[in-house]
Formats: sequence, structure tokens, C-alpha cells
Amino acid sequence: MEKNVVSSACEVCPQYNPDGLKKLGVNVENTDYVVALAGNPNTGKSTVFNALTGLRQHTGNWPGKTVTRAEGAFGYNDKTYKLVDLPGTYSLLSTSEDEEVARNFILFGKPDVTVIVVDAGRLERNLNLVLQILEITDKAVLCLNLMDEAKRNHVEVNERALAKRLGVPVVAASARFNKGIPELIDVISQVATGKIACKPHRITNVPKHINDAVKKLSDQIKQRFPNVPNSRWIAFRLLDGDQRIIEALREGEFEL
Amino acid sequence: MKDSVEDIIELSNDLRWKMGGDFHDHITESIYADASEIVEATVTTDSRKGRNAVDVTIDRIVTSRKWGFPIMFLVLGVVLWLTIIGANYPSGLLAELLLDSIHPALKSGAASLHFPWWLSGFLIDGVYLALAWVIAVMLPPMAIFFPLFTLLEDFGYLPRVAFNLDNLFKKAGAHGKQALTMSMGFGCNAAGVVATRIIDSPRERLIAIITNNFSLCNGRWPTQILIATIFVGAVVPKALSGTAAVLSVIGIAVLGMAFMFTSSWLLSKTVLKGQVSTFNLELPPYRPPRFWKTLYTSLIDRTLIVLWRAIVFAAPAGAVIWLISNIMIGDHSIAYWMINSLDGFGWLIGLNGVILVAYIVAIPANEIVIPTVLMLTVLVTGMSGGEGAGVMFELDSANATGEILKAGGWTLLTAVNLMLFSLLHNPCSTTIYTIYRETKSAKWTAVATLMPLIMGFVVTFLVAQVWRLF
Repeated sequence: MEKNVVSSACEVCPQYNPDGLKKLGVNVENTDYVVALAGNPNTGKSTVFNALTGLRQHTGNWPGKTVTRAEGAFGYNDKTYKLVDLPGTYSLLSTSEDEEVARNFILFGKPDVTVIVVDAGRLERNLNLVLQILEITDKAVLCLNLMDEAKRNHVEVNERALAKRLGVPVVAASARFNKGIPELIDVISQVATGKIACKPHRITNVPKHINDAVKKLSDQIKQRFPNVPNSRWIAFRLLDGDQRIIEALREGEFEL
Repeated sequence: MKDSVEDIIELSNDLRWKMGGDFHDHITESIYADASEIVEATVTTDSRKGRNAVDVTIDRIVTSRKWGFPIMFLVLGVVLWLTIIGANYPSGLLAELLLDSIHPALKSGAASLHFPWWLSGFLIDGVYLALAWVIAVMLPPMAIFFPLFTLLEDFGYLPRVAFNLDNLFKKAGAHGKQALTMSMGFGCNAAGVVATRIIDSPRERLIAIITNNFSLCNGRWPTQILIATIFVGAVVPKALSGTAAVLSVIGIAVLGMAFMFTSSWLLSKTVLKGQVSTFNLELPPYRPPRFWKTLYTSLIDRTLIVLWRAIVFAAPAGAVIWLISNIMIGDHSIAYWMINSLDGFGWLIGLNGVILVAYIVAIPANEIVIPTVLMLTVLVTGMSGGEGAGVMFELDSANATGEILKAGGWTLLTAVNLMLFSLLHNPCSTTIYTIYRETKSAKWTAVATLMPLIMGFVVTFLVAQVWRLF
């Protein structure tokens, strides 16, 4: 019955500070950090976006509602954050316009934190995208949304075990009812400021002959671009013949 | 430095060649293998209970072969019925307030301030009356229709509609996701055109863009509802008039869908040939809509924004109408000359010069067609309500509107053809601009603009000829 009193462990944490939140709406100029919001379609990204920014971006219960990037901002503990709501995608490996918008922003927009919103009741399907994003970026937070529905469907997720496996913080939420949002904000700020360091999961079950090729290529990329955090992912894409990545290499988009 | 980049690319080509062609599949499999390992270690599902039984049952019914379509029409019917019935009373009240009370007060106020006649005419009879009319006619139906539509959307019904229609779209050579962009179009065609970005194949996306205009948008729903109430409702016994009006509006909406399928099919068989792509459509769980929040956001996001747009376009249109009705060339006003010259062609397609002039004035926004038609009708019939030329009447009810239109020589044919023409004509200027922005092609923008207009002329012409045979 404790649960009814303290809805999550974060509330008793000394760093918990719900009053530090300032919803800044569309005022996105000169923010300290940039936060990207990614995830499968229909996992409630726009709802999370609205909860954080105080905006009323139209939400709808159908996949594919957000086709363009929406931007908003919030302030927390004297820092300001720009939040970018990306179109929902199942993967970053294909070529439709909404997937490109999401992929290019995470890759070239270099957000300080990428929040991956997933449907807690459909974790396995959602992980496909999560694992791809974790190959690209070092700084990510998993928002385990729609917890209320998962519970209704008798699905339980061990958040701690998941966080350990993925190597990034996991926050359980029901954004429609504003549950978990204060905790999410706090974790975002800690990842942005470097208080929490992530060690994201990298794809493991790769057949040996492929892994060798990826390693060889990725080493050469690392040598040429010592500062890119995702040489392995670039190697994946090059081996897949991704023209956009080849072009990005030639145009020097990976130079820092 | 350039060379080392080329080295990397060359090495990747080399390695890809050695690995063979199944790299993509291997990576995808690795990701899935990782995902299932993680899920196994972190997720427990009560397998005895599984997916929520209520969701499964609802889905089995609303997407069934037998019940899917009837339920769709029933839901649409109920929404429209509530809109038509519910909007009557507040519309009357608003008209009484804005047109019967405030308008005369403004006029006498202007008179006591010694406004010249043309200034008070331009501002009060032109700009103010057009605004008042748009608010009185459009606000109540929108304030009912949009929240209802948003509640359905929030509940999760739209993807089921897409699921039901998917097969038809595929047969038409189009993408199944076009069902979703079509649904968006029922709100606003410009929004529907932007929503086509979810379709990855350029060919199918173009089809979806060009045919989106066949979804009746919110600028046109009030026209349909009003004309159906006045004319179609009047030909049946009083007790059935509401039902008849609803059915005729549904008929027009369904006809629009039929046009969408047919023209999609024609396009995919002629200028836009190609393969139909497959895709996964996820049916989201049903979510109990958050009633008050939905009500609030749909009022703010949709109703007020759309109303604001209508007002922004209505004010200058009111001014234009007043000007063309009061600037004389020879013995008659500009409006008179325009109406007269278009009357012949109007008659040919079962409409009249007034309606055609109204559609020219209303290119910026469909919302103002009916107010414009009324103002111009009053002008040509020379009806005197004590006001001057180009001034709208005090319209306290749909009946009064009907009286004016009948005095303007309207028949049931005019009404039916107006409903058809309102469905089948060029998109509004915002949508045209959006189409250009999305396609970056003047050619396809022209096709999307002119194709429905030509269809409208052909259909209304045929209906008028057949009608007059009997």
C-alpha cells in the first residue's frame, strides 16, 4: 500500500524538484540543451511533448499523426531545454520522409539527450527502434509510457533490469495522466548535464563474419573521425549502401 | 583529407561485396534477437489473460466484413445528426444577437456619428455582416462536430476506418494509409495534404495529395448541412426532415469517397502507374477519451482556429461584395454584370450566376460561400429589407435563409447541384498552396486544382440535363 503514498522512488530522492519546472511553450531561442523525442508511432510522444512544454500540440490516437518536427521548450533548475518532437517511426533503416526526418535529426542535429518513448505493453516491437537509436547516440533516456494500459493488459516490466540491459535510465510513465513526467524531466536534466552517464547497449547477436567486417570498417572511421560516437552505426549504414550516409561523409557532416 | 573518406567508402564497398547481399537481413535479425533476449529477461505477461478482451471484441465487430461498413456509416450519421439538430438553436440565438440587435445598433451609432453612407455601408453592411454571418452559421456546428470527431479520434476509431478501407484503396492502386490522410481531410484538406508524408512511395503519395480534396472539409460541412436542411429536409414530411437532411449529407460524403477511389484508380492506371506497396497498420488500443480535455483542446485547436481563419477571409470578402454591389458600371453594379454574364453557364449546370460568382469570391475560403450567395441573391432579386444593395438580411433561422434563396429562383435542383459542386470544385487557396509546397511541382498542383473543378462541371451538367428530362 506504500505505492499509494509515494508513486515512485524518485519522489523521495533529494534531487526531486517538481517546482523547478517552467513550461516555456514555443519560446525555443537560445536554450542550453536540445532534447529529441523519438519513438514508434502512437506511443504518446506528442502527449509527453505537451506535458513537458505546456503546449497543446494536437494529439490523436492513430499512428503517424506527427509528420513534421514540432518544437517547444521548458526550463528546469535554471537550465533551458529545447524539445523536438520527431515523427514516430518503426525503424531508422528505411527511406520514407518521416523516417528521414527522425534519423537525420538524431544523427546530424546531435541532440544533447534523446528521449525514446516506448509503449510498455509492446516493448518487444518497440525495442527494434530503441536498439537502433542506442547505436547512434550515447545520451538517451527510455520513457516507458502507457504503463496504465500495460497494466490493464497484464504486462509487467522490470524497469531496473531493463535499465541495466539497455545501459540508459528508464522512467515509467503514463503521460496522459501526467504520471512520471516530473521524474522524466529530472532524469533528462541529469543526462544532459552529465550527472548520469549512459553506457548504451550495442547490438550483440551479429554473425561473426559480419562483425569482423563492421569492426574493420568502424576502426577506419574512428581513425578518420575520432570524435564521432557512432562509428559502428555509420559502418552498418555504409555496408548497407546508404547513399545519404555516403553523401554525409563526403560533405564532411561528421566533422566536429 | 578527402582521400581518407574515399578510402572508407571504398573499403565499405569492398566488404559489402565480400559479405554478399544479405547484410541488411542479418542486421535486422540481430536486432530482433537482441530485443527478444531483453524482453525475455525483463517483461512478464500473464499469458492466461493476454490482450484486453474488450479491445479484441470491439475490434472483431468494427472491422468485420459484415459490420465494418454499416457501423462506419452509422457513426458518421450519428455525428452529423447531433451536429445538425444541436446547431439549430444556438445558431438562431447568435443570429438574433449579432444580426438583429447589434447590427441595427451599429448602424444607428454610425448615423449619430455622421458617418458618410459609403463608410458605414462598407464597414457595417460589408465587413461586419459577413463576420456576423460566418460566426452565426459556422460556430455552432463546428463546436459540436469537431469535439465529437476528436473524441472518436482519441478513442482510436480512425485506424479501424483505415483498416476497413485499406482493401478498397489497394484495389484502386493507392496506398492503404491514404485512408488516414482522407480522414484528416474531413477536418481540413490542407492538413490532409501535409499528412500524406506518412506515405513513402512518391507515386502513391501524389495520388493521395491530388484526391484529398474529395474529402469534405470543415469549410464545406456547414454548407452541406445548411442546404440539406433547407431544401432536402423540406421535400419530406416534417417528422422525417432531420433524417433526410442527414442522409443526404452522408450521401454527399460517401459520393466524395467514391470519387476519391475512382480518380485514384484512374490516376494509377494512367499517369501514375506502378506497384502498390504493402505496409503494417498498427491498430492502437482503445483508449477511453479524456472527455473534458478533448473538449477543451478541440475547441481551441480546431474550432477557434478554423473560425478565425473564416473570419480573416470573410471580412475582406464582405468588403469586396459590398464594393462590387455598389460600384456602378453604366446602369448596373459590377456584381450585376458578373452574375448576368455567368447566368447562362450557371443554368446549363443547374446552378446560377450568383453561385458561380460566390465561388469566385470564395476561392480563399469555402466557409464564406453561403454568406456570399445570400448577399448576392438579395442584390439581384432586389428584395428590400430596408437596407441597401449588397447588405445581408436579418436571418434568424434556416427558414428565412430558405425564403431568400427560393425568391432567388432556387429549386431542389439548384440545392442538389450546389451540394455536388461544393464537393467537386477546386481546393481552397490554402490547400492549393500546400499542395504546391508538398509536391514542388506546378504541373501536379494544376492537376489537383483543375481535375475536381472539371469533374464538378461535368457532374452538375449531367445531373441538370437528366433532372430536366423528367
